[in-house]
Amino acid sequence: MAECHPVGFQWVTEAKQRGARIIHVDPRFTRTSAVADRHIALRAGSDIVLLGALINYVLTHDLWFEEYVRAYTNAATIISEEYQDPEDLNGLFSGYNPEDGTYDKSTWSYQSATGRETVGEPGAETEDDAAEPHEFGAGGPPLSHANVRRDETLQDPRCVFQVLKRHFARYTPEMVEQTCGISVDDFTYLANSITENSGRERTTAFTYAVGWTQHAQGAQFIRTAAILQLLLGNMGRPGGGIIALRGHATIQGCTDIPTLFNLLPGYLPMPEAGQHNTLQTYLDSIGSKKQKGFWANADAYTISLLKAWWGDAATQENDFAYDYLPRLTGAHGTYQTLERMLRDELDGYFLIGQNPAVGSANGRMQRLGMSHLKWLVVRDFSLIESATWWKDGPEIHTGELRTEDIETEVFFLPAANHTEKAGSFTQTQRLVQWRHQAVTPPDDAQSELHFFHELGKRLRQRLAGSQDSRDRPLLDLTWDYPTDAHGEPDPEAVLAEINGFHVSGPDQGEPLSTFNEMRADGSTAGGCWIYTGIYADRVNQSARRKPGQEQDETAAEWAWAWPANRRLLYNRASADPQGRPWSERKKYVWWDDEQQRWTGKDVPDFPVDRAPDARPEPDAGGPAALAGDDPFIMQADGKGWLFAPHGLVDGPLPTHYEPPESPIGNPLYGQQSNPARIVLPGKDNLLAPSALQPGSEIYPHIFTTYRLTEHHTAGGMSRFLPYLAELQPEMFCEVSPEFAAEIGLEAYGWATIISPRSAIEARVFITERVTSLTIAGRRVHQVGLPYHWGVGNEAVVEGDAANDLLGLTLDPNVHIQGSKAAQCAVRPGRRPRGPELTKLVEDLRQQAGLTVETGNERLTVPWGEPQDQPRGEQ
Amino acid sequence: MTRITPLEWPVIRQLRTRDSSGRGAAVTSKKTRETSPRTSDADTVVQSICPYCAVGCGQKVYAKDNRVVHIEGDPDSPISRGRLCPKGAASEQLVNSAGRQTKVLYRAPRSREWESLDLDRAIDMIADRLLTARRKHWEDTDQHGNPVRRTMGFASLGGATIDNEENYLIKKLFSAAGAVQIENQARI
Repeated sequence: MAECHPVGFQWVTEAKQRGARIIHVDPRFTRTSAVADRHIALRAGSDIVLLGALINYVLTHDLWFEEYVRAYTNAATIISEEYQDPEDLNGLFSGYNPEDGTYDKSTWSYQSATGRETVGEPGAETEDDAAEPHEFGAGGPPLSHANVRRDETLQDPRCVFQVLKRHFARYTPEMVEQTCGISVDDFTYLANSITENSGRERTTAFTYAVGWTQHAQGAQFIRTAAILQLLLGNMGRPGGGIIALRGHATIQGCTDIPTLFNLLPGYLPMPEAGQHNTLQTYLDSIGSKKQKGFWANADAYTISLLKAWWGDAATQENDFAYDYLPRLTGAHGTYQTLERMLRDELDGYFLIGQNPAVGSANGRMQRLGMSHLKWLVVRDFSLIESATWWKDGPEIHTGELRTEDIETEVFFLPAANHTEKAGSFTQTQRLVQWRHQAVTPPDDAQSELHFFHELGKRLRQRLAGSQDSRDRPLLDLTWDYPTDAHGEPDPEAVLAEINGFHVSGPDQGEPLSTFNEMRADGSTAGGCWIYTGIYADRVNQSARRKPGQEQDETAAEWAWAWPANRRLLYNRASADPQGRPWSERKKYVWWDDEQQRWTGKDVPDFPVDRAPDARPEPDAGGPAALAGDDPFIMQADGKGWLFAPHGLVDGPLPTHYEPPESPIGNPLYGQQSNPARIVLPGKDNLLAPSALQPGSEIYPHIFTTYRLTEHHTAGGMSRFLPYLAELQPEMFCEVSPEFAAEIGLEAYGWATIISPRSAIEARVFITERVTSLTIAGRRVHQVGLPYHWGVGNEAVVEGDAANDLLGLTLDPNVHIQGSKAAQCAVRPGRRPRGPELTKLVEDLRQQAGLTVETGNERLTVPWGEPQDQPRGEQ
Repeated sequence: MTRITPLEWPVIRQLRTRDSSGRGAAVTSKKTRETSPRTSDADTVVQSICPYCAVGCGQKVYAKDNRVVHIEGDPDSPISRGRLCPKGAASEQLVNSAGRQTKVLYRAPRSREWESLDLDRAIDMIADRLLTARRKHWEDTDQHGNPVRRTMGFASLGGATIDNEENYLIKKLFSAAGAVQIENQARI
C-alpha cells in the first residue's frame, strides 16, 4: 500500500502511531514492509491456504464473534443433502462436468424451509438455465425466495457452520508452513493479532489490490477473506472490512458506470441471448420480487436506464426499447476479443487511454492481434507502445512482423488530460469527486466526452433517414447535450442524466433525489441508479468541497459517495441485533428509540425507520422483506454469505488450487489447479507443465509482477515524464542472494528471464526483499518483476515488458487473468537480439515438450473414482 | 552582479540582519529575493483530483494565460490533506512535458511512417470505418434463432482514468451501435 497508494498509507501510519498493529503479507518486501510491525513473505498464489488456516484457527479455537455470526450471516442455513465437498471428492465440488469444465450448481443450494426442495435462482427451470456469473452484474445472485431452512443451534451437520468447519479442517499451521513457506511462529503471530483485535471493542481491516485479484481464482481469494471477516464480525463496522485498493483514478467508476462487456450501468447485467429474450425474463433473472433487499426493484432501475437512453422512443408498448440492447452469447471480454483479432474476425479497435502492448498479459499476443486489425484508433497523451508497435515493437526487431506487410491503419488522436476537462472520478472507496477544468486542451487534443459526442453525431448524420430497423437504436438515442463554444459537451448535463429525473408528473424535469424514487412505469429516467442523488436539488454533490479540517472523520460534505452518500457499506452491522452499538469505542450507526430511526455518524445503509425487532410479513419481498436485523441489504436473504449457494462458478467455498503454472504439486488435493478456470489454448499462449509433469523442470522458478511508486501501470502516464523516468529509469528483476549465487547472477548485471511465451532481460537487483522459500521440502526461488517498461522509441525510458512473459488463463467468475504467479527459467546475461530471441524461446519449449494442450487439462484427478489421498501418489 | 561594498561582507551582513545562524536573510542572493512562487502570479486556481491511483488525492491546479503553471496538493482534502506522491507531484509534466503529442497522426496500411491528418477528417474517417465494420459483422440472431441485434466488427478497450461521464457516453453510444465488445482496464 505504501508502494502503490502512498498518500492513502498516511492513515495506516497514523493508526500505527495510535497503537494499531500492521502486518504485511506479500511475496516481496516493499515500502509497506519497511514500516510494518512484521512482514510475512509467502509463496505467490498460496493465499487461500493462509486465509483458510486462519478460518480454521478461528473455528477450532472458538474465537468467532458468536452474536454477530448467528444474527448476521448464513451460518445457520441448511445446505442441500446433495452437496459434496472437495474433502470428499479430492479437490472437486459436486456437480463437475469434465466435458466443458463447468459445474452444475444445483447441489450447492439452500434447503427450503417448507420441505426438502432447494432454493434456486428465479426463472431457472433447470440448472441448464442457471446463469453464468458474467450475467449477474455485481448485485449478487438472486434467490427465488428467502424462506430458507435454518438450525439456530448450528449443530446440524448440513448447516453452513458445520460445512465450513469440515471444509477447512486440513488448513493447519503446518499446511501453511509446507505450502506458503510461512513459519508456524509467523502464522501464530498473525492469527493472534487478528483474533485479539476483533470483537465488540476492536476491529481488523484487510486491504488488498491485484495481488489477490489477478489469479485464476482471484474472486475466491477475496471470498476467503470475506468469510474470515464475517466470522470475526468485522464487516459493516468502522475500522473493519476488506478494502480493495484499486489502482487507477476512476477504475471504480469504470465498473460502476461500466465500459465492461457484461455490465450495464449500476451493475445491471447485459442481456444474454436465449435467456433474456424479453424484458420480463431479463428482470426475473436479476431479482425476484419475493427475495429480500434492493435488487428486487431492478425493474425500476432498468426501465429508468432505458428511458435515459431512448427517451420518448422507450414506451410501455415496446417494453421500453429493451430490444434495442445488443445481446451477449457467452463471454466477450478483452481476451476473447484478442482471440477474435488473431482469427481476423475483428475490423476495428478503439484504445482509449490504454496500452495493452505493454500493460496486458501476453504482450506479444496483444501486438500480433493488433497487426490483424483493419484499423486501430489510439487516444492518448503520448505515442505509447500500442500506437507504435508497427514500427518499433519487439516483433519488428525479431523479424516476426515487417512494417511493410502490416495492413493496419492507425489513427493517433491526442487526448485532453485531467486539467483540461471537467468531470468526475470515483476513487477506491466509492467517493465520487468532481474535477474543475483549469485550461482548454491544446491543438487537436479532445476529451473523450467531446470525441465520443462528436463521433455519435456523425454516425447519426450518416444514418439519418434510414429505414433499417437496426439503425433505430442509434437514431432514437438521446444525444442532445448542450455544448460550449469549443463544442465540448457540458459534463454536468451528462451527470444530471446519470442521476436521473422525473419524466412526467408534477416534478417533470426535476432531478431524482434517491433511487427509491425510480419507477418501473416509465415515469422516471436515470442512467445509473446507484449514482442517483449525486445531482439532487440540481446541485453537483460530487463538487462539494467543505474542507476536511472543518468536518468530523466521516467528512460527509466532501464530495459524494454512492449509494446515497453512505461512506461505509452495510453499516447496520455496526450495531448489535437490538440496534445498540457493539461498544462505545466502535459506535457508528445505531437505532434511536426515541426518534424511531437509525442514526449515527454516517447515512444508515438500511431502511431508516425499520426497527431492529421488525419482522417482515411472510409473503413480503424486496426492501419490505428485510428484518430489522438483516444488515446485508443487497443479499437475497439479508445475510452475509459464509457459504455462497449461487453466484460463483468454481465453488460455493474457496479451495486451494495451485496456479495454472506452478512448480509445486497441490498438497491438499489430487486436483492440481482450478478445474473451472478459463483456458485459452493456442500456439501463441503456451503454458509450462505444472509440478510433477515432465518438462516442468525447464521452467523451475516462480515469477511475480508488480508496480513501483514512481510509475503507473504500463507507463503511458509515467515513462513519458522526465521526472518519473529519472526516478525509476530501468527495468530490473529482484532475486534473493541465495538464488543469485546458485545460478551465477551478478549484482547490477543482466538476467534473461524466459517463459513459454517470451524472454526478456532485466538488470539484476540482488536483495533479501525477495525470499527463497522451502515448500514441501524443496527450495523454491521467486523472481520479482515490475511491469512498467515497454519496447518503443518514444518514451523517455524504455525496457523489456514483464507482461510479455505472462500466459493467459482466466478466473472463471470475472474473466481476469492470472498475473501474479507463473513459471520461468532464469539465465545470467542479456537476451539475444533479432531472430535469436525467438529461437531461444522455442528451444526451451522443445526441451519442455510443450504442446497447445500442456497446462490446459482442467481435470487432474481420475474421473469417477475420487480419492482421499493428496496428489503425489499418482 | 551585486555591487561590492563593505556592508555586504558576509559577517557584517549577518550581524546587520541579525541572522545569527547564517541561514536566513544574510545568505539570500538577489536572484532568490527576486524569485516568487509560480503560484503567486497564476490567474486561476481550480480544485482537481489526481489522475493516477484510486486514492483520489486533492489537487490545486494553477494556470496563467490558459497554461497550467503548477499543480500541488489540496490541503482541504480530507483524504490527502495536501499531500501528493511522486506521481501526483509530477503531474504538471503530464500537461506540459515535451513528449506529449497534441496533433493527430495517421499511419496508412503498409506505411513506414506517420503522416499528419486534420482532426475533422480523422473523425469522419473513423465514423465511416465504424459503420462499415458494423454492417459487415452485423448479427440479427444467434445460431438458435434468438435475437442478438449486434455487431462483432469493432471493439474498445478503455483505461481507468476516463471520467464517469465519458464512460457513460462510450457505453451508451457503442451499445446503441450494437457493439458488445466494450472493455476496460477494470477487467485487467
